[in-house]
Amino acid sequence: MFEKLSKYIGENIKLLVDRPDGTYCFRLHNDRVYYISERILKLATNISRDKLVSVGTCFGKFTKTLKFRLHITALDFLAPYAKFKVWVKPGQEQSFLYGNHVLKSGLGRITENTNQYQGVVVYSMSDVPLGFGVAAKSTQECRRVDPMSIVVFHQADIGEFIRSEDTLT
Amino acid sequence: MGRKLDPTTYVKRGPGRKSRKQKGAETELTKFITEGDSDRFTDENSEWLKPAKRKREADHIDDDDDDDSDSQWEQEEDEEGEGQKKKGKRQLIENDDDDDDDDDDLVDDYGASEDSGEGEKEGESDEEVRQKKLQEVMDQETDDDDEEEEEEEDKDGEKSGDEDMDEEDTVQVNIDEMDTFKLPKAEDIAKEGVMLVDLQTIHQRIKDNVDVLSHFSTKREGGKDRAEYLSLLKKDLSTYYSYNNFLIDKLLEIFPVSELIDFLEANEIQRPVTIRTNTLKTRRRDLAQALINRGVNLDPLGKWSKVGLVIFDSSVPIGATPEYLAGHYMLQGASSFLPVMALSPQEGETILDMSSAPGGKATYIAQLMRNTGVVVANDASADRLKSVVGNIHRLGVTNSVVCNYDGRQFPKVMGGFDRVLLDAPCSGTGVISKDPAVKTSKDESDIQRSAHLQKELILAAIDSVNAESPSGGYLVYCTCSIMVEENEWVVDYALKKRNVKLVPTGLDFGKEGFTRFKERRFHPSLKLSRRFYPHSHNMDGFFVAKLKKFSNTVPTTTVDNGIVTTILVEETEPSGDVKVQSDSFDEEKPFKAGSKNKSKKQKPDGKPVVSQATANGKSAKSIAKKTQKNENPTVPKKAKMDNETEKVDKEINKSNIVKTDKETSKEGSRFQKKGDKQRKSHIQSKKRIGKNKFNKLKKLLKNEFGNEHL
Repeated sequence: MFEKLSKYIGENIKLLVDRPDGTYCFRLHNDRVYYISERILKLATNISRDKLVSVGTCFGKFTKTLKFRLHITALDFLAPYAKFKVWVKPGQEQSFLYGNHVLKSGLGRITENTNQYQGVVVYSMSDVPLGFGVAAKSTQECRRVDPMSIVVFHQADIGEFIRSEDTLT
Repeated sequence: MGRKLDPTTYVKRGPGRKSRKQKGAETELTKFITEGDSDRFTDENSEWLKPAKRKREADHIDDDDDDDSDSQWEQEEDEEGEGQKKKGKRQLIENDDDDDDDDDDLVDDYGASEDSGEGEKEGESDEEVRQKKLQEVMDQETDDDDEEEEEEEDKDGEKSGDEDMDEEDTVQVNIDEMDTFKLPKAEDIAKEGVMLVDLQTIHQRIKDNVDVLSHFSTKREGGKDRAEYLSLLKKDLSTYYSYNNFLIDKLLEIFPVSELIDFLEANEIQRPVTIRTNTLKTRRRDLAQALINRGVNLDPLGKWSKVGLVIFDSSVPIGATPEYLAGHYMLQGASSFLPVMALSPQEGETILDMSSAPGGKATYIAQLMRNTGVVVANDASADRLKSVVGNIHRLGVTNSVVCNYDGRQFPKVMGGFDRVLLDAPCSGTGVISKDPAVKTSKDESDIQRSAHLQKELILAAIDSVNAESPSGGYLVYCTCSIMVEENEWVVDYALKKRNVKLVPTGLDFGKEGFTRFKERRFHPSLKLSRRFYPHSHNMDGFFVAKLKKFSNTVPTTTVDNGIVTTILVEETEPSGDVKVQSDSFDEEKPFKAGSKNKSKKQKPDGKPVVSQATANGKSAKSIAKKTQKNENPTVPKKAKMDNETEKVDKEINKSNIVKTDKETSKEGSRFQKKGDKQRKSHIQSKKRIGKNKFNKLKKLLKNEFGNEHL
């Protein structure tokens, strides 16, 4: 799971764990990974396992084949530490929120030196984090390529809060 | 050739139709008027029935300060005259004819220029005249139409005689008319049941009825008492607003008649959409700006809230803007802000929200605490918890724990919270505007069931609060219902059963809670709770009460005694009897578990779970403590209790099963009560020891005695 995280925020993972207001930890519960402070964790142990629905923030879950999928709910934590960011034009914002990939025509800005298949966080022009994805092309290639090609693969967006409420838990 | 018109009979029409239309509807209609027979009605009653328009004209000219209401009255009585001829004939066609006649009359009165109001009704579309001149006339006209359509079958023919009076008399006449608002006879009502009932008629009847009831001494009809008026009113209200009788009765008990109409009207329309800014992610100002840019029309909610915004209209769906998805705000009813504001959670506290779905209040709590401390969001329904989780994540709340317990189990699972919020599941009579099904689906048993559940929940909530918490010890109990059984009664029950007291909610608006209601009397501090109504505060009906727990340890013991006595003594009227008992129990309070040994002999320790106790949702802890108390032989009843506990041992299993079933079967509580009754009688009958036991004891004594002898 940490590898997935590191794809997006790199070494900043440490910042997630050691926060000024106490250590935070990741807890595995029902195949989901939750991120909570230790204090809350202690309190939560009072609750029996089958009754506990969620603790702190759910970061993602392990699929049946034990791959780790990062959920949109982790966005708030990834966003500040994101190393590579992509800004989307207002027109394309809605499209991304519906789950489509980002095309070159919708690309507003992109951080320099983005490698291909690098995890990125997608922002709107007003710096509101919209979700994350994977860069389909490196920055250099993005400049050259035609407007209809995909530059960022969609992985998670905040539209999912409405679209797939059920899967969040 | 080819001309179809006969030139000899050709009527010169003046300017063409188009130019006339341009001039305005008045010119069109003057034509109709002049050709019509406006001085007399055109049907069989025309001999004795004269339109009162002449008088009206005179009045209109005479009285300078003739305000709208007066002229309305005039027209109204005129319409009654017409109403006579329509008596018995309820076909709309005829009504329309009469409309025309009336409108013509009206037009006549106010001059040819003032018919455009009705012109609109006819379907014409001239605007220019309409707007300026006839705004008030139109209102009058709608009233008039209502008047005439309603067809006072109640009013009889004496009205026609009233029409010749001048203006001062018209006011008098109006009072007379009110006087003579006759209750329809039984056959009329039967007729109504058979025929399709005209809602307008009923509406007018309701209005008149309310008017009579508010000035009963002056306006009553001789010989008819208040009850008859009331019963007619109830029937009309249930038909007009589609409520079932039970609910109308209940509402009549709570509200005075005039306020009731406001309440019912307010329930027909939706409350405005309100949102709450998520201060963890944004500020209200910024959010408002962003939403305005998207084309949303909004305003701050009021002085009492710093985070609320009310949405007037919007070109984008409010629940799907990128700001919503980013968690900058949450759609939440205005009344739901109130309990959290009353709770006022402080940073670093542990807070429990016992029934938190869909998560609006829990997230508000977390935002007020700025993600410090812990919020435990609980709900008994796993499906609705999904929305809680979703909202928590969307709004960026990190200090939360979500769990799925029945609220009554809470002190067992986890206790010692600084503050607890209980938004109890209720009958929903305050949110009828959101869910009109409540109008017809609630009845007595529903309310009782809810009240019972709420009582259990509030006791469990109180037990989960840590009274010694340095910054807290508060519980806020709230419901979205206006029923006294679910609100004041439950809080009063809690006051009796636990060491809590009411404190001011901190909400400076809203009506005070009732301290007495029908035959019940509540604790005077109930005044500190607050009630909110849709018609007076423009938010959903709500009740909020803030309690402070001032002692942790003692309540469990008093409660146990309280429960036990309630089992033994009463079943039907807990409030009355508990009062009596609680006095005696106060004395018992100081008794600690002195005589533990004795108790141990007679019962296994720990689990003489009195089924009543489970029915009331007490924790096992408190039950254990109770067993100690049972042995205190202060009150004769104690002896009974001993037996009872013995008997109860056998029922432990049964009661445990009952306990687990508690959450599912609300009916279970009813059966519980019944079973308790039966058990009680059994217990009572066990004042005498059973035969075998007696023999055993005798043998024992003999042996001892024998030993002693030796």
